[in-house]
Amino acid sequence: MIALLWRDLRLAIRAGGGFGLGLAFFLIVVVLVPFGVGPETALLSRIAPGILWVASLLAALLSLDRIFALDYEDGSLALLATSPLPMEGVAMTKALAHWITTGLPLTFAAPVLGFLLSLAPEAYFYLLLSLLIGTPALSMIGTFGAALTVGLRRGGLLLSLLVLPLYVPTLIFGAEAVRRGAEGLDPTGALMLMGGITAGCFALLPFATAATLRINLR
Amino acid sequence: MSMWEYANPKKFMGWTRPVLPWTFALAGICLVVGLIWGFFFTPDDFRQGSTVKIIYLHVPSALMAINAWIMMLVASLIWVVRRHHVSALAARAAAPVGVVFTLIALFTGGIWGQPMWGTYWAWDPRLTSFLILFLFYLGYIALWEAIEDPDTAADLTSVLCMVGSVFAILSRYAVLFWNQGLHQGASLSLDKEENISDVFWFPLLVCIAGFVLLFIALVLMRTRTEIRARRMRALEARARRA
Repeated sequence: MIALLWRDLRLAIRAGGGFGLGLAFFLIVVVLVPFGVGPETALLSRIAPGILWVASLLAALLSLDRIFALDYEDGSLALLATSPLPMEGVAMTKALAHWITTGLPLTFAAPVLGFLLSLAPEAYFYLLLSLLIGTPALSMIGTFGAALTVGLRRGGLLLSLLVLPLYVPTLIFGAEAVRRGAEGLDPTGALMLMGGITAGCFALLPFATAATLRINLR
Repeated sequence: MSMWEYANPKKFMGWTRPVLPWTFALAGICLVVGLIWGFFFTPDDFRQGSTVKIIYLHVPSALMAINAWIMMLVASLIWVVRRHHVSALAARAAAPVGVVFTLIALFTGGIWGQPMWGTYWAWDPRLTSFLILFLFYLGYIALWEAIEDPDTAADLTSVLCMVGSVFAILSRYAVLFWNQGLHQGASLSLDKEENISDVFWFPLLVCIAGFVLLFIALVLMRTRTEIRARRMRALEARARRA
């Protein structure tokens, strides 16, 4: 499992892995929003939690189809299926690798971009915390979506259609936690509910992902 | 003889042929009686005026939009456990019907909302979760359309349906949480069924029965079409081989 994790991380960071792509996309979305809604600081700081969460969600979505597609095409997914590591383990490792290459950098880049959107100073801690708790769920759900569409020719668009509705609960709790933090309310409830979603995703979705991978490899 | 015998495609075609026209006829009668009774023979509500009458379309279709998804979930489970092809096809057949019911519920809700709330759309928990349900339906149908091999498609959509159900329920409660922070939803989430009077209740029941029957009839009809389409494909494949 650890060997697979290292392999995926190396593949992602080296040539053409699209490691910085998600981050750059995140930056561009956040920069475009003020052009769209106008530069008033009050308005920006009010919508900043939502923008940051939606942008990080889209950035995570961008690299999802890479999770299984390349391995499926060159046959290494079939090799993984015959290896002693169960498919559930493969699914979880892939999700973890995706999180380390997209979710984690996004989490640490978000406060900087929050500065651009003049996010309330109280909210930075909660922004970091909520992204840290929430982005693993995004990766796990995305891995499930990627497994569903791995056998398809042009699965990218379908993948977003399938995955985005599944992101709704995480997004609601994440943005809500940051918003409450910004307004000085207590965000513990939202954070705990989001932690519950993440834990539930990692407990159950590897099984669903492994099942879909087995179906697709038949 | 167990109930599963009826799921054999040949038997299914056999027993649905005589049942189908009756189901359609009963659905039609229920809908005509219920809607005419509701539209012309019930008094106007003292607060809502005649707009209350949209309830006869709105409530049954909203009800069936959710029930169609539950039916798809059950059919998917049966397909995964017992591998009955008719079950998978029935799930596929139910999805577009469910979408239409969801749309009817959303549109009639908007038409009612304009005079009552002063807006076609509000980010009320109930409306929002219906919109999310609509998106789930779209994803499900798109996945069916995208995969060529029918068995793979049936398997993958079943998994999606099960995972999607969990997330649909999660979203329902997440949305409640989200809206409490925004504004007090009390005036919007008027619970219609608890304080409705019998005058409106009986025609509504007839309408609900009509929508249930209509749903059953449409799903049976569409499942028959799917079975025929699959038979045709099998025949074509055989002809190509010969």
